Amino acid sequence: MSSVIEVRSVSKSFGGVQANHDISVEVAEGKITGLIGPNGSGKTTLFNSIVGYHAIDSGSITFEGREISNLRVPQIARLGMLRTFQQTRIYGNMNCVKNMLISVPHRKAAFTDMFRPYRAEMTDKAGHLLEFVGLYAKRNLLAGDLSFGQQKLLEFAMALMNEPTVLLLDEPTAGINPTLINGLIDRLKRANTEFGITLFVIEHNMRVIMNMADTVYCLAHGEMLASGPPEEIQNDQRVIDAYLGAH
Amino acid sequence: MTADRTPWIVYALVLAAGIVAPLLFPGYTTQIALLWLMILFALTWDIVGGQMGYNSLGNIFFFGAGMYISAVVQVGMFTDVGAYTSARGGEQLVLGYADYFLSLFAGMGLAAIGCVLFAIVLGWVLLGLRGPYFAIGTLGMALSARELAGTWDYIGAGTGIAMPVYPGLPHEKSVVFYIFLFILAILTFISVRWLYSTRFGLAINAIRDDEEKAEAMGVHTARHKIVAWSVSAFFLGMSGAVFGNIIGFVEPQEVAFPATTFGIFMVVMSLLGGKGTLWGPVIGATLFHVIKEATWTYMLGWQWVALGVLIVVNVVFFQQGILGWVQEKWPEKFGLIVEEDPAEELASGEAAQ
Repeated sequence: MSSVIEVRSVSKSFGGVQANHDISVEVAEGKITGLIGPNGSGKTTLFNSIVGYHAIDSGSITFEGREISNLRVPQIARLGMLRTFQQTRIYGNMNCVKNMLISVPHRKAAFTDMFRPYRAEMTDKAGHLLEFVGLYAKRNLLAGDLSFGQQKLLEFAMALMNEPTVLLLDEPTAGINPTLINGLIDRLKRANTEFGITLFVIEHNMRVIMNMADTVYCLAHGEMLASGPPEEIQNDQRVIDAYLGAH
Repeated sequence: MTADRTPWIVYALVLAAGIVAPLLFPGYTTQIALLWLMILFALTWDIVGGQMGYNSLGNIFFFGAGMYISAVVQVGMFTDVGAYTSARGGEQLVLGYADYFLSLFAGMGLAAIGCVLFAIVLGWVLLGLRGPYFAIGTLGMALSARELAGTWDYIGAGTGIAMPVYPGLPHEKSVVFYIFLFILAILTFISVRWLYSTRFGLAINAIRDDEEKAEAMGVHTARHKIVAWSVSAFFLGMSGAVFGNIIGFVEPQEVAFPATTFGIFMVVMSLLGGKGTLWGPVIGATLFHVIKEATWTYMLGWQWVALGVLIVVNVVFFQQGILGWVQEKWPEKFGLIVEEDPAEELASGEAAQ
């Protein structure tokens, strides 16, 4: 089993705040890897470092064996590594189908491709994926008019449309009602098994992450606290202390 | 990628109006020609300002740059430009029909190409700015171009450069240039209508809605932004070339870089009609031009006040513009509807459980 993302001793500080210190993470290909930790422990900073949103201070990040810590956001996205945002981001003034179509992979887009219309199979695929997340009926509505939970689902569908190798999800279930969460977990698992997408998930909902993940990493105060299979993490006294404030 | 649902009758009526109007009102040929120019202004501004969300206050730069490029080309084909302009307008080129139109087409073509090159180079720098910074940056670009043109002796500096004299009668000239602007405006409309139906259209809409998200999804944002501005520059450059020939005299302040009139009108017309829509700029430009001509005729002395009131009412009460308001009022007419498919609803409902 090989790692698709390898983070080696990455550090990142913002002024005097050491957001990440000497973090090493391996995301196994074809698996679901979880990332947990109390608020402010540096989870989103680590995500931002991986996708090239900001430069790292030291360390190395490789994707499929290639160093990516010096690349910019769109370049990394085109390699096949995509992230969703904690504050859901969709294109509010475009309808759902258009949101899906603009998300087609841009990996091989030649300059002249921008002057082509979308092929019928792309529109079909957009329809299928909207159906997959249960938004087919609302496909012609403006994405900005959807509820927050629906926007989360749309953002997830857009990510699938992009056919990524790895998908980094920043709190996919935050702000979604409990009934929808079950549906979302089911869909995330299906994205992993049916579409073969490697998932790297930040999540606060322990039930969700312990259910889904094959390996869980736990951050606290910008440092790697523990890592291992979910059962082990669940019973790790250090993790429990970190969440309860004893750390 | 908005499918254009405009009934063909609308296109037929617009074309018919464009052909019949100067025949019915020969005395207003130039005013109606300017209406087409205004429509072109609003359409080109809306590519970047409306569809892509980059509010440029400096698009007038391409208008002036195109005008100067064509002036230099048209004059330079027959005489030395430096010697010609140093005569301070004392000289005028008198050409035959063949030479005149040959140089005019050469001037328009090179104006278009030159402006696209300007857009690529300047876009590389300025399109990295976001929001109000882009607006201020582009305004600075237009104003500094105006000052530069005013001090550059080769192109006549502040006194300007006289265009070749039209070989025929004045009315014939106004009809000929009416046809030029009419065709240019139609070509602009056809081009943007086509562009908005391609992937390009969706990409610039995505940049408008959330550029950071578009980057995170791997969209080639820089590429799309520069192409959008270049399309704008292409048509503005050609329209500048034509306008310079209509006026017959190119100088920096009032003719080439009128940043406070034409430069602002472009923005106002798009906002009035509804920015980010295909027809909004056309409707806005038409309404604005008619109001402007009417106030100039019947409210002389108060015309700027009237236009100011129009702008304030537009910005305060009608930010979405005429078409934007119509779309909010009747969303179903624009295809914004829930389409229930019972079988699929049931299936997805079960999946959600």
